[in-house]
Amino acid sequence: MAANAAIIGGRPRAPRRVIPGFGPTLGFTLLYLSAIVLIPLAALFLKAAGMGWDQWVATFTDWRVLASLRLSFGGSAIAALVNAVFGLLVAWVLVRYDFPGRKLVDAMVDLPFALPTAVAGIALTALYAPNGWIGSLLEPLGIKVAFTPLGVIVAMVFIGLPFVVRTVEPVLADLDAELEEAAASLGADRVQTFVRVILPALGPALLTGFALAFARAVGEYGSIIFIAGNMPGISEIAPLMIVTKLEQFDYVGATAIAVVMLVVSFVLLLAINALQKWRHARLRGG
Amino acid sequence: MARATTTTESRLTRWLLTAAALGFLALFLALPLLAVLTQALSKGIDRYWAALSDPMTVSAIQLTLVVAAVSVPFNIVFGLCASWAITKFDFPGKSLLITLIDIPFSVSPVISGLVYVLLFGLQGFLGEWALDNNIRIVFAVPGIVLATMFVTFPFVARELIPLMEEQGRDEEEAALTLGAGGLATFVLVTLPNVRWGLLYGVLLCNARAMGEFGAVSVVSGHIRGLTNTMPLHVEILYNEYDIVGAFAVASLLALLALVTLAAKSALEWLHRDELAAAHRV
Amino acid sequence: MNLQRRIVSETTGNMIEVEGLTRRFGAFAALDDVSLTVPKGKLVALLGPSGSGKTTLLRILAGLDFADQGHIRLDGVDATTLATRERGVGFVFQHYALFRHMNVADNIAFGLRVRKGAARPSKAAIAAKVEELLGLVQLDGLGKRFPAQLSGGQRQRVALARALAIEPRLLLLDEPFGALDAQVRKDLRRWLRSLHEDMGLTGVFVTHDQEEALEVADEVVVMNKGRIEQIGTPTEIYDRPATPFVYRFLGNVNALDVDIRQGRASLDGLELVSADGHGDSGRGTAFIRPHDVEVRAAAAEGLSARVRHLTVLGPVVRAELVLGGTTLEAELTRDELDRLSVAPGSEVRVGVRSARLFVE
Repeated sequence: MAANAAIIGGRPRAPRRVIPGFGPTLGFTLLYLSAIVLIPLAALFLKAAGMGWDQWVATFTDWRVLASLRLSFGGSAIAALVNAVFGLLVAWVLVRYDFPGRKLVDAMVDLPFALPTAVAGIALTALYAPNGWIGSLLEPLGIKVAFTPLGVIVAMVFIGLPFVVRTVEPVLADLDAELEEAAASLGADRVQTFVRVILPALGPALLTGFALAFARAVGEYGSIIFIAGNMPGISEIAPLMIVTKLEQFDYVGATAIAVVMLVVSFVLLLAINALQKWRHARLRGG
Repeated sequence: MARATTTTESRLTRWLLTAAALGFLALFLALPLLAVLTQALSKGIDRYWAALSDPMTVSAIQLTLVVAAVSVPFNIVFGLCASWAITKFDFPGKSLLITLIDIPFSVSPVISGLVYVLLFGLQGFLGEWALDNNIRIVFAVPGIVLATMFVTFPFVARELIPLMEEQGRDEEEAALTLGAGGLATFVLVTLPNVRWGLLYGVLLCNARAMGEFGAVSVVSGHIRGLTNTMPLHVEILYNEYDIVGAFAVASLLALLALVTLAAKSALEWLHRDELAAAHRV
Repeated sequence: MNLQRRIVSETTGNMIEVEGLTRRFGAFAALDDVSLTVPKGKLVALLGPSGSGKTTLLRILAGLDFADQGHIRLDGVDATTLATRERGVGFVFQHYALFRHMNVADNIAFGLRVRKGAARPSKAAIAAKVEELLGLVQLDGLGKRFPAQLSGGQRQRVALARALAIEPRLLLLDEPFGALDAQVRKDLRRWLRSLHEDMGLTGVFVTHDQEEALEVADEVVVMNKGRIEQIGTPTEIYDRPATPFVYRFLGNVNALDVDIRQGRASLDGLELVSADGHGDSGRGTAFIRPHDVEVRAAAAEGLSARVRHLTVLGPVVRAELVLGGTTLEAELTRDELDRLSVAPGSEVRVGVRSARLFVE
């Protein structure tokens, strides 16, 4: 037991932290965060700030750029909607029903998270190309998927698939059976119970999943560029526009598009965080 | 799952819904995987092996492993430091810090690569400096490593922070009262408590590090044999219509994905109490 | 290495001296100018409701928190800014804080294993100590079990053994029995008391359970809103509470609003004189313990009152009496009840043996 200093008149200064290591760990955290994330991002905004108004206008009046933004945002919204519907279905089946291999299927839902995007890209292309397994079935019907905006949406559905499932599953699993029993005892049939009791309870989770899927699809690159065909004005996505501009050494154009996409992503991130807080408040409020 | 019949659908409905869900999943998950396998083996197993043992492919595999071997450990150290700072102490700006750590998650991979080009590229802010010092970052391996570190940045921290938050500070305080120093406390008390969460985060971090395409594509310059990772190599082979080659390399990556999924699921089934609550469905 | 019969070499001297301790969380003062001393070898209870500051004080003593103002001396040496690991204090956490990945034996041995260099005992010595401690806390043979496999009471004892392993000069316990069943709590209380007597350790424990404090401690420190209300032996604070808060917190009491004139008050005919002899005046409260309300037969002397309600609680009877506009709670034994043949609605006579009056 170490001896210690006597009181030096007046108020002694107490060490502020009980658990050691605050300085070094926070220091390294901030250092690494700055070096890898914040400074590079700052470079982007710095570049954007240095751009003249006319450069911004030039970029965003280009029909190709506008088309790509329309496809990226519009397509992501449609894909996220599809995922909301089917993700809910999948989550329902996985949580409520039992069948052989359920656990395996549940694990596989995370495949789009784990599968490298380039692999997904070429696989989807192989499937939906006119001579692919699915493409060849749809061709006679006049439906072209690969190398069209429809193909872009298909890829976006793939990418966003796990998000809705994973956000809805826990909420569904925690849902009190008594609520449904109460509804049934009051005379509601299953459809009514689902629409009036269960669906509202899943609302925040569905919305969160939708937002996550949307955000992911907007920025996605690898899974989409193979199946898209990348025809200017038709099936070019915004991230591809950035790459194209970079290849042309149009750093300015690339930066402009990137900043717009980033701002939208950040707004979405904030919205998602707010949604998650709402969801937790709902859960705790009972 | 036994439930009272007042709260379940009819058998037929259940069957239909299950079939619909499985159909959707088969279409979007199973078929692409099958496609990879069949395309890779479409010209027989000899061509498959030849594609994999091609020197360019081997070099791409090596580069992928190197990139992962550098970026993953850095992100592990970061994850441990960040979660220790955030969960064992109280300080203003903590939630801002957590939000900042999550940023790479919501940034498009292409932008993740773009920022490094803007920083170190020829016209970049530090481009001159890099040129003067003969340091090649963009269009070279360091650039690929940096972009990969950006993209995989949050994975370990995101697993550890909620887990350590949940576990609290009591055990660390107890260790301190018993005379342990900071490092001893971390190694003997904290690490054993978070080992499965850490492994989980490392799994995801590694899978992303090896599979990243967009960010690396922007930064790498696509120089075969030098700056091509496996995903980039897949693209090059595909664009040259070497279908078997492309899908052969893709099959390796798909295998990695499946192994990751299996390990992840195993962790969730066996050690669910020692993972962040979000994984306990 | 005999833990039993540890003899305190100095029979006088304080283990803990606390002066003017203040700890604020923002605008809220968890501790407000708290001072106290704990002599060596004593077992002291910090008793109070939640938010009284008792746990904050305990943690500051342990070095798990630091005060904004004030000094602490441990065994004569200033410890105000000393880090936890250097205080030689054993701390037992409210939720045990056992290392979940170590078995019982490793938990207990932890404090010995992290010692550096010459201070670290040999493997054999550590093992022997662990065995000895397991025997002391009556958990022989459970060394290989993991915390998750133990009951609450067992975990508590492991936590205690772990703290004792480092041979602390002071043992601090945070609501040690709070999370346990009533019977287990009673057993452990008795056991802690005898352990303390055998080992002669100085100990401070935090509790909100007055029965626990009164039964186990040598001295009780009653705290409220960051301040000390009273320090005394269990008998002292029960029989002679110093403040209205202590009166209300310990045991049952009748608290009546009265006008006090020079230490006397009158209410519905009851003449009350403050037992402490103070001669204050003003609006205030009269405190009368239920067992100080004397219930006599209807024919006897005293003020007339009606029995509104009788509650039989085992050997004791609680009687609710109405006296004019005042309701009084009295305590009788079953014998008295039978002797007086009291029933709800019947008339009785009351007198007050003793009361305390406090001006607001």
